[in-house]
Amino acid sequence: MTDHLSFPQPHLSTVALERTYLKAQVRIPVLRGVEMTVNRGEFLAIVGQSGSGKSTLLHLMGLLDQPNIGEVRLHVEATDDRPAESLRIDNLPPATRDALRNRVFGFIFQAYHLLPELTVLENVQSPLMIRESVLGYWKNRREYRDRACEIIDRVGLSHRLKHRPSELSGGEMQRAAIARSLISRPEILLADEPTGNLDSQTGRDIMSLLKSLNAEGLTVIMVTHDDNLAAQADRIIRLANGRSVDLASEVAA
Amino acid sequence: MYKLLLSTRYLRTRFIALASIVSVMLGVATMIVVNSVMSGFSSEMRTRIHAILADVSVETNSLNGEPDAQAQIDLVNQVAGDYVEHVSATVEVFGLLHFRRGGQWIPRPVTLVGIDPAAETLVSPLTENLDSYRPVEQDGVIIRPALRSSDERPSWKLTDEALAYRKEWKARQRRFFDGWNTNPEAEPMLEPLMDGEPAFAPEPAAEDGPRFSAEAGTPSLATEQPIGSTAASTGIIQTDATDAAEPEIVNAADFTPLVEEQTTRSADNPFEGDMLPTQVFDEQAAEQNIDAPLPGRLYVGAGLIEYMREDPRTGKVSVERMVHPGDDVKISTVSTGSPPEPTHFFATVTDIYKSGMSEYDSNLVFCNLEYLQQMRGMWDPQSKSGAITTLKIRLKDYDDADKVVSLLQNVFPPHLYTVRTWEQKQGPLLAAVDIEAAILNVLLFLIIAVAGFGILAIFFMIVVEKTRDIGILKALGASSRGVMSIFLSYGLALGMVGSGVGVVLGLLFVRYINEIEGVLALIMGRKVFDERIYYFPAIPTQVNAFTVAWVALGAILIAVLASVLPARRAARLHPVQALRYE
Repeated sequence: MTDHLSFPQPHLSTVALERTYLKAQVRIPVLRGVEMTVNRGEFLAIVGQSGSGKSTLLHLMGLLDQPNIGEVRLHVEATDDRPAESLRIDNLPPATRDALRNRVFGFIFQAYHLLPELTVLENVQSPLMIRESVLGYWKNRREYRDRACEIIDRVGLSHRLKHRPSELSGGEMQRAAIARSLISRPEILLADEPTGNLDSQTGRDIMSLLKSLNAEGLTVIMVTHDDNLAAQADRIIRLANGRSVDLASEVAA
Repeated sequence: MYKLLLSTRYLRTRFIALASIVSVMLGVATMIVVNSVMSGFSSEMRTRIHAILADVSVETNSLNGEPDAQAQIDLVNQVAGDYVEHVSATVEVFGLLHFRRGGQWIPRPVTLVGIDPAAETLVSPLTENLDSYRPVEQDGVIIRPALRSSDERPSWKLTDEALAYRKEWKARQRRFFDGWNTNPEAEPMLEPLMDGEPAFAPEPAAEDGPRFSAEAGTPSLATEQPIGSTAASTGIIQTDATDAAEPEIVNAADFTPLVEEQTTRSADNPFEGDMLPTQVFDEQAAEQNIDAPLPGRLYVGAGLIEYMREDPRTGKVSVERMVHPGDDVKISTVSTGSPPEPTHFFATVTDIYKSGMSEYDSNLVFCNLEYLQQMRGMWDPQSKSGAITTLKIRLKDYDDADKVVSLLQNVFPPHLYTVRTWEQKQGPLLAAVDIEAAILNVLLFLIIAVAGFGILAIFFMIVVEKTRDIGILKALGASSRGVMSIFLSYGLALGMVGSGVGVVLGLLFVRYINEIEGVLALIMGRKVFDERIYYFPAIPTQVNAFTVAWVALGAILIAVLASVLPARRAARLHPVQALRYE
């Protein structure tokens, strides 16, 4: 981990990313060539005013959306039989992108986005259920359950296993959402205003949870409009007029 | 995995889905009930028609018939003897049945069938359809036991009850007439009755004795009513005393061999003979056998002489019979020869024929074969054999019917004979029933289709409601196909639960349909399914496993098809837009 800090290696990068929305026949450019790189193991904050395209950028990086122009690249670490390489991931076939979303990325949303019909335990396991067939899930159900319990324990929600999301407080729901994003052991955690709907105390708890996850090696990209929260990140990127301004130096200074 | 979990979870938590389940369920249950009852009725009808018509019939195209019945039977046995079990020779000819009612002669067009009951019952069971072999039930209580045991072979013998009834009305007729004779003031009372029937009324002043006048002028307004007649209490005028001008031979035990002169005379102008019986009337013999039945014997179709009568006060519907076994009726038909001459004769009703098929019950009159042959001039006194028009054949195995028909067609040329199976004979009716069933099925399936559209609408709602969840699933890595299959399997689950419950419900309904009918009758105060109208003791049902499976599968298929559009819509949702959706 110290390696990462001393020699920053890119993990995810964007190349001249452009995204234009079509709203009532009018083209609204949201991103106009964003160039940025997220380093491995980094806690990156993306800040900007409302409508500056923070969430859009996050969605593009997390493959929920596709850019009009530009690339999203994932940097794969070297293994024994393969050298390190940089893969373009935004134009992969849908099935591959689905698989990447399922395995490489973890998502946290402002509105938590838990499935209301499922219990906390089931919600947390849902990425595994999506990945596995009925039979495959059934075979590994013990292991998956243990893994889910472990992670729920890690986010401090062991007493709420059988509860529905509607029976939880906002902070608990966000913890459940974090647990869900961690279940498939992702490399990158994408957090879209994770504390936006929470009071400040709960927000701080969630932040410290994210920071401790980052400290364990998880790359965290967090979108926020709160400069105080952003200040806790390793590095800040500000979006303005659809372009990014790297504020890393400011944080460092 | 998530598809299964979510679709079952949606099934359990979305009460609106219950509405679509109920509509699928009701559609399936209705289809099963209606199909079962229809196929029950249909198979019952086929059984009855089959029983009446026999397996295969050979009909001459000539009104005169073909002479020598035995030769034709032998020919059938020779050609198709391996397949044939029994052959019955019959005469079928159109005719009119006249019976007296309220001082009027009521004519009914009929098909007159001359049969030998012993032979006929071997090709189409008569005992099941004759009134005297069946107990009479009313509201589940037997009000009259069967008059004959089922072991007794059908014959032209009257039952004791019919004889007693006959004796009763004969006696009353005589009493009335005697009164009229000794008391001339009574004459005006008969006047209006006589007016209505000039053709059949003999001269009142006939010097041959008063009895004939009395027989013609039926005392239908007599205060006395026949035994056991409900008409007396309900105010219905019961004409039990039909014209009873007795032919010469009145020996009940031996009525078939008619004297030749009588046959010829009947052929010449039998009516005249009946009207002027004095020519050969042996007063002595008639006096002794005054109550004896006539040589002509009939089984009269129930529909010809029955009508449904609703009591204006109680609203109860009862069956009124205008002719009873033991009554004398008149038959008109045509003689052989060209051109055919009208032929008339009187005959005694021996029994009431009731097959449950109104088409036959309101058309058929069975007559003793030889008497009919004699009356129509089909009897050859030299060879002691009669001509016949129709051969009814019962096969050992009905599956051979087509083979037998083609074999018989070789020896009975088509320009002279019509050789048909009963199904070919009743082709239009059977086809109509099949078409009716098919159309009804289409209409009922539309009910399920309506349920399908209900599912479509409800699913669209659910997709809109679940838009955010669909976005979440996609963010977590679910493919479009996966999202689609959630809704498809949801539809499948709805269809399976709906049609499963519907099948159970429908089968239970069919199983207990008569009990349900009883409860309905209790609530409504009158019978929904009146066995006196339909002739069935219970609602006939026949559950066809294939139909049930077909209906259930169809319902499931419709449910799945209805969920395709919403599922596609769900699959096409853009995850970002879906996530922003609040």
